[in-house]
Amino acid sequence: MSAVGNLLANPWRKHRFLAVYTWLYIVWAIVPVVIAIGFSFNAGRSRSVWQGFSMEWWTGNPDLAVFNDPVLTSSIRQSLILAVATMAIATPIGVALALGLARWRGRGSGSANFLMLLPLVTPEIVLATGIFFTLVFLYPFPNPGTLGQIVGHVTWSIPYVVVVLRGRIFGVGPDLEEAAMDLGAPPLDALRRVMVPVLAPAIFAAFTIVFALSVDDFVTSQFLATDLNTQTVPMLIYSSGRTAPNPALNGTATLMLVISLAAIGLGIGGMRILARRQGVRAEGSDMASFRI
Amino acid sequence: MARGRSAAEGNSLTLLYPRGFWKWAASPGVLWLIALFVVPFYALVSMAGGSIDPATGSAVPQWNPAYWDRASYHYVFEQLLSPDGVYRVVFLRTLRYVFAAVVLCLVAGYPVAYYVSRLRGRLRGVVLALLVLPFWISYLMRMLAWVGLLNEEGLVNRLLMGAGILQDPYPWLEGKSITVIFGLVYGYVPFLILPLFAALDRLQNSYLEAAWDLGASSFSTFVRVTLPLSKNGILAGIAIIMLPMFGDFYTAYLLSSGRSSTAMIGNSIQSLLQETTFGYAQARGAALVTVLALFVSLLTLYYIVSTARSTREAARA
Repeated sequence: MSAVGNLLANPWRKHRFLAVYTWLYIVWAIVPVVIAIGFSFNAGRSRSVWQGFSMEWWTGNPDLAVFNDPVLTSSIRQSLILAVATMAIATPIGVALALGLARWRGRGSGSANFLMLLPLVTPEIVLATGIFFTLVFLYPFPNPGTLGQIVGHVTWSIPYVVVVLRGRIFGVGPDLEEAAMDLGAPPLDALRRVMVPVLAPAIFAAFTIVFALSVDDFVTSQFLATDLNTQTVPMLIYSSGRTAPNPALNGTATLMLVISLAAIGLGIGGMRILARRQGVRAEGSDMASFRI
Repeated sequence: MARGRSAAEGNSLTLLYPRGFWKWAASPGVLWLIALFVVPFYALVSMAGGSIDPATGSAVPQWNPAYWDRASYHYVFEQLLSPDGVYRVVFLRTLRYVFAAVVLCLVAGYPVAYYVSRLRGRLRGVVLALLVLPFWISYLMRMLAWVGLLNEEGLVNRLLMGAGILQDPYPWLEGKSITVIFGLVYGYVPFLILPLFAALDRLQNSYLEAAWDLGASSFSTFVRVTLPLSKNGILAGIAIIMLPMFGDFYTAYLLSSGRSSTAMIGNSIQSLLQETTFGYAQARGAALVTVLALFVSLLTLYYIVSTARSTREAARA
């Protein structure tokens, strides 16, 4: 864009101001978290005053370090168990629902579409409370606890899977399957051998998003928890964030962050590779747009 | 166009696949959402209409609407509406906090979204990735970061004292409205920027150039072209951050030591539901959640109507 174009495009005209503003925003959004990560390597007990570098709170301290305190390791384990189980259940259900809703015409399809969208506009505390009462007073199985938390996370994730998949399904259109069937493929083969590979990047994206949703989730986990064994990392931060006397809490949060960023990087990388294999350019915004 | 295509797709594929195939494919998801979304709503209302089980002394849900007990609703509405009601104070405070936070989110987020939408090339990808990064960091971890910074001896106080603005450390975390509002802005603004960016990205430079050619100042270009054309993005962004803010209880809890002076309606719900099961506590909690859900769905309805209206206006113009 030419300098003149730049000037015109910008109603405030001082486009330097916008650039500086944006970079200040980015620093503000990210640096506090970087500082919190830094404090997990603090030599002293403080989470606010720097007392020198050490691995005390990661491995050094025999009772309180991230890898030595059973409460901390158990919260990481619980977060990962919930995330993996939610991925495994919500993604297949969501993919089938997305395909079904895109193509099922007739009685009930409109209400099903509407029903699918409702959780997206429901505050999480409302849904979590409702599921809690349902599991406690109505259904004999599952109970609150790990299974209850998984059930809650799955309910919360299904609409996101559908939203991610739907764009791709409409983008691909019916031509490929029709071609496959014209060439003699039975419908189920056309679905399995044509549609599933074509949708693979979106399915990958859905896995990644479900993982991130589950790992970050606090409200549902909190309302459906029973005891310390069902405490996730966000719950740990909530319960001891104000009072925790040492930086091992920052370390636990950091470890969880590293694990989830690695999983998400893997997801985005996998999505790109799958998309490139099909000669389609992977859109970074596919991943970004999931909460819209 | 997209709609016509999807209908055509539905029709041709409905004929090729076995009868009822797609309905069958959708059914696990639909059944799941009925069992764990629709039924929970009913359970919520039943709990709100529940009465005390004499054996345990705790409220239990009443599944038959004919026998719903109105005591919990009565209590909640009394506390919401009477001048010195407990929830009235909390709810008005929640409205103030959410309103202030949404306005500040717009002020903080709009210029950022606008700037990125005008960027091209490699820098655009980098900035977008950095804007998306907070999505992947747990909300609670982002709040934890500020607990460390805002402590008595934290970096913020030391910087302000070093600059001579403060003489003594300010107790940011001891129930200060400004801290909670700041926390809400920090927590939710990334979710506002993306829909705003999506809307502004569709705004073509030629429109701005046309306004310029017709003699509009940069200010009136912004007010009369950019702002109206990004209205749907603004509405979507506000809806996305406002709904969860109304149920938020962790921001206020972490950033104000759980003080009641900054409690939001989410905190009232959380304490009714989780502190005791004795007496009407959980039924009252359920009633309060039901009222909140109703309030939020009115807001959503308003959002849908006003988006539809501004889309219609844009089509006519």
